[in-house]
Amino acid sequence: MATAEVTVAQPRATPAERIVKFITRSPVHLALIAISVIWLVPTVGLAVTSFRPRAEIQSSSWWSSLTDWSFTLHNYELVLDNARMGSSFVSSLIITIPSTLLPLAFGAMAAYAFSWVRFPFRDTIFLIIVALMVVPIQMALVPLLRLFRDLGIADWYVGIWLAHTAFGLPLAIFLLRNFFITLPRDLIEAAKVDGASHFRIFLKVVVPLSVPALASFGIFQFLWVWNDLLMALIFVQNSDLWPMTIRINQMQSTYGIEWHLLSAGAFLLMIVPLIVFFALQRYFVQGLLAGSVK
Amino acid sequence: MSSTAVPGSVGRPRGRRLPSRFKRDKWQALLFLGPAVVLLVGLVVYPVVYTIVYSFGNTNSRLEVTRWVGFDNYERLFTRDKEFLNLDVFPPSGAFINNLKWVVLYTSISLALGLLIAILAARVRYESMVKAIIFIPMAISATAVAIIWKFVYDPDPNVGSLNAFISNFGLDPVAWYGRADVVNYALIFAYVWASTGFATVVISAALKGISEEVIEAARTDGASEWDIFRRIQLPLLSLPVSVVTVWLLINVIKVFDIIYVMTGGGPGGASEVIAFSMVDETFTNGEGGYGAAIAVVMLALIIPIMAFNIRRFRSERVVG
Repeated sequence: MATAEVTVAQPRATPAERIVKFITRSPVHLALIAISVIWLVPTVGLAVTSFRPRAEIQSSSWWSSLTDWSFTLHNYELVLDNARMGSSFVSSLIITIPSTLLPLAFGAMAAYAFSWVRFPFRDTIFLIIVALMVVPIQMALVPLLRLFRDLGIADWYVGIWLAHTAFGLPLAIFLLRNFFITLPRDLIEAAKVDGASHFRIFLKVVVPLSVPALASFGIFQFLWVWNDLLMALIFVQNSDLWPMTIRINQMQSTYGIEWHLLSAGAFLLMIVPLIVFFALQRYFVQGLLAGSVK
Repeated sequence: MSSTAVPGSVGRPRGRRLPSRFKRDKWQALLFLGPAVVLLVGLVVYPVVYTIVYSFGNTNSRLEVTRWVGFDNYERLFTRDKEFLNLDVFPPSGAFINNLKWVVLYTSISLALGLLIAILAARVRYESMVKAIIFIPMAISATAVAIIWKFVYDPDPNVGSLNAFISNFGLDPVAWYGRADVVNYALIFAYVWASTGFATVVISAALKGISEEVIEAARTDGASEWDIFRRIQLPLLSLPVSVVTVWLLINVIKVFDIIYVMTGGGPGGASEVIAFSMVDETFTNGEGGYGAAIAVVMLALIIPIMAFNIRRFRSERVVG
């Protein structure tokens, strides 16, 4: 144990030594503190602004309000009702939940087949599906829009659910298949010998053992869809159904740059991802790292 | 664990697998793959073919092909469309050039900052807090990032933090997103702010894998902090750095939301990029064929990056 020897050999640092050590390291501390401040100030500034009355936002800076605090929730009332962010919040949820669950379910099923069911051209088909990750959504905007119109589903959520599901599938299949093949072969074989069908093995063995991988993809996809602007812009043509990302942008053109509305609106949009971030930080980071191939 | 997870007998005879099993497997594969394959073929593969075909035509405003024009859309894009690529002026301008600025600046600054923060943070006790602060913007949408930074860049020094800051040094307020010569850099920095957390976390995770004992040994041998970085840490970082670079490059070719929300491509088209031109030509100008050609160019730019990425994943794969 080299570290133990070192601590025995060295007497405890005196306060003076500690101060010297801190100062020699102070450029590191200063740089990190400066960077942290740069990273926090923009968000904090907008957060503070969202709780300030409109008149004050125009007459004094947000940082001066930190000492002279007059707090209001009025901006949030305004955006929720008048600017219709309330109904858009619900729309965002209605768009996001099926757009997360569908690729998760279909992706897991396909990934199971690619891992544990034998069929011809299995690896070739898998590679083709992985290769589809290169396709940018711009390649599909017009054809999908026309397809959804022809099918008569362009005025509701079905189109955007399907589009997000299809474009989420390659990543889901890629990630989940890579996880499923690491499950112990003996376990699957034992279940087969017991006469379990593939559906039973999938539901009772593979899915329960793959919760971390499912959670990582699920969180990635949830945030991807929640934060999406472009697909919603094209596939949600009915303005009653707009999610929050579009609604905020619309607020700029309707009311101009009104910071009391935009700041509160942006915070409503951010609140769900931030909750996910703080509640599920580990899965969240894993999910984003996993999604980095997208 | 496994004994509870494995289902019991469901009534079929136990024993060795039946010869017919393989045939039944093929049927079951169809059921498992069915939904995914139908969706991928119908909503990804078919649109790709459609858009490639489309890019050789001109459309009316209802996005129906009216005339086939061969490669004319591509020719127009790179030779006649001065908003997309203008090589007649110096420095060259247009959406393509703007996107090139994004590629160079966004990628290199995000990577450099991520590397710097990961290495500095590893030396302090509050490392996880710093990393969380840098990573938080990764959670929020580009739409929210655009609003946050539009507020920072507000021309009124009583509102915008950046103009307030520079006014301390006696400088006049700058219209950061309202000036054609500044707007791209303002947008790029806002997106760097949003993406650095990814670079930091990936590189930091790789640094953790480098044995502390090796570094301590180098230190006792008299190696400077720079030597440690240059000779020990940097060579082991090539894989995470390539992961981050690929991610940043793909991101930057697709960048759209932040520009759409912060500037709408303005002022006067000065902040348009490839993905923006695609949407603008197709849905604002009703030029479906022309927009399709731009989408195909995007695909062509992404394919080599992704091919590199997939090949790397395959070479790393241990199982299968």
